Amino acid sequence: MNYEVRIDDKLFHLELDRSEGQWHCKLNGTAINIDAVLTRTNVLSILLEGKAYEIKRELTINGLHLWVGSSHYSAEVRDPRSLRHRKDGTAGNKGPQMLTAAMPGKVVRVLLQEGAQVEAGQGILVVEAMKMQNEIKSPKAGRIQKIMVATSDAVNAGDLVAIVE
Amino acid sequence: MFKKILIANRGEIAVRVIRACRELGVLSVAVYSDVDRASLHVRKADEAYHIGKANATESYLNIEKIVDTATRCGAEAIHPGYGFLSENAKFAQACADAGIKFIGPSPASIDLMGSKTRARREMQRAGIPLVPGTSAGVESYEQAQQTARQIGYPVMLKAAAGGGGKGMRLVHSPEELKPALESAQSEAGGAFGDCEVYLEKAIINPRHIEMQILADEHGNVVYLGERECSLQRRHQKVLEEAPSPIVGAEMRKKMGDVAVRVATAAGYSNAGTIEFLVDENKNFYFLEMNTRLQVEHPVTELITGLDLVHLQIRIASREKLPFQQEEIRIRGHAIECRIYAEDPDNNFFPSPGKITLLLSPSGPGIRRDSGMYEGWTVPLEYDPLLAKLIGYGADRQQAVGRLLRALNEYFVGGIKTNISLFLRILSDPDFQAGKLDTGFLDRLLARETPVSADGNSEIAAIAAGIFAVLDSAPNSSQVSTGTLSPSSNGMAPSTWKKAGRTEALR
Repeated sequence: MNYEVRIDDKLFHLELDRSEGQWHCKLNGTAINIDAVLTRTNVLSILLEGKAYEIKRELTINGLHLWVGSSHYSAEVRDPRSLRHRKDGTAGNKGPQMLTAAMPGKVVRVLLQEGAQVEAGQGILVVEAMKMQNEIKSPKAGRIQKIMVATSDAVNAGDLVAIVE
Repeated sequence: MFKKILIANRGEIAVRVIRACRELGVLSVAVYSDVDRASLHVRKADEAYHIGKANATESYLNIEKIVDTATRCGAEAIHPGYGFLSENAKFAQACADAGIKFIGPSPASIDLMGSKTRARREMQRAGIPLVPGTSAGVESYEQAQQTARQIGYPVMLKAAAGGGGKGMRLVHSPEELKPALESAQSEAGGAFGDCEVYLEKAIINPRHIEMQILADEHGNVVYLGERECSLQRRHQKVLEEAPSPIVGAEMRKKMGDVAVRVATAAGYSNAGTIEFLVDENKNFYFLEMNTRLQVEHPVTELITGLDLVHLQIRIASREKLPFQQEEIRIRGHAIECRIYAEDPDNNFFPSPGKITLLLSPSGPGIRRDSGMYEGWTVPLEYDPLLAKLIGYGADRQQAVGRLLRALNEYFVGGIKTNISLFLRILSDPDFQAGKLDTGFLDRLLARETPVSADGNSEIAAIAAGIFAVLDSAPNSSQVSTGTLSPSSNGMAPSTWKKAGRTEALR
């Protein structure tokens, strides 16, 4: 199997094969002698020339995450044969900005009206969850084009709450 | 001794009290809301009863329903835990009226200390040292403006009914006063149903040190040493330790004597905590008294060898304190980390959700009081405290080393937690030197997050590939490794992929 693996911002080319329980691994063309055991779902034990590593895997709405010991790495695995292209998630600060709720909660205050001018970092509305109030702030200076929610509305993670243009 | 106790709480503290009941041979009764049917406290109790909707006001804050449940199931006493109704005098009174023992102080003591403004007036009378400020609630913005000008900026706004940093704001200048007052009142109203706030002179970057006391119902009061609680974020404690790195035997005795005087002046019984602000010159001022068991009680338990919940229950059943002040010995050092469901990389936003993977530490000097388990969905309605990890050692250095080791073993997948924050705190040279104040954490967080340049990205890349291979052939991987049985845990890899795809489509 051939994979393109991105770990944080580093790209690796990985060849992996397995026969009779033995892994054969080439990383960026260099053969590496590894021993790997899946100790339980999402927990991998890797031995690399005597050194032991425990790797945990997490798959979230924000993608794939790996933990080597306590160090976190965001990862992306691509099979070059697949036709899928990587998504470009970075929208930049140009154009209208969609503000979304980072987590479920309840809108407790709307601080500004539609049409109001905002500064970068200025609070637009306040969402409460787990007894904490959090301000949803404008990512840039501009004008509030639309506010989709009202006080005491419930919101879910990822819900669009406002647009700043 | 009681035969049956109802625990009017949820999460790790409900589990903590249920365990104490079991150890004492007392039956335990859990109560739960709509979203807590599958919570750990319901699994661990001898009996469990549904008390209402997810919203706490309709369940864990519903006095009538809880007292009624206790009466029906024949519980002789109610342990309130911390938070919720633990410092609610009406609840303590309702228990007494129903002939049920409230495991805590009398309604009168709760009332006195529950109003921070009234407590200030009473303690002033008893000659206890206080931070300068008002002893009555703020009536209007204009009045707040005037008072703040008199005592001088910076000032601290605090909820009279408050605790845990809710409804509390630091105000540096007159322009900040109005918005701070409004949000403090709104937050206080939401959290405590009482929007009264008062003003105090802000002591910048003080230490926050508190003294644990125990009082029986026969007039005996002892102190069990202090806890250093200076590590806070948004006035919410994050890490506590005992003893404090700056408190020696002499200062401990002084603070302890004041704490005993406070408790006596309040006619207090059961476990309680007197909080002090300590300035650079080690002057200490009475801040408030918490009339309940504290979240951080385990650090005191570890250094005194006492079980505070056992003692609470014994005191409530009218036993006398089984020891005198002179018999209390402090031994070793303990540090507690509050594991919260929050995202340290995103401004500590709460992070409820399903726990998909949980690896828990154990071993020498480690105590873990937890309310979570793998497969459980953390509800968004309540406080984000998931568990407390406590390290104990012969000295502070050993306690730090054990905690760091244990934190490295701790893994909570599926939701975000603040575990990485504790690794940073405990590795910090100032922390290790015991140089702490309430501004410590903000300063630490203002510094750049150290980049994890530990050169393991190659291992991560290989692991990512191996996971991908195993995902594409889940059955053969289980056979060849021989260590994974399909029923050994929650999700099979294929389900993972499916969930990931579904999530990606949202």
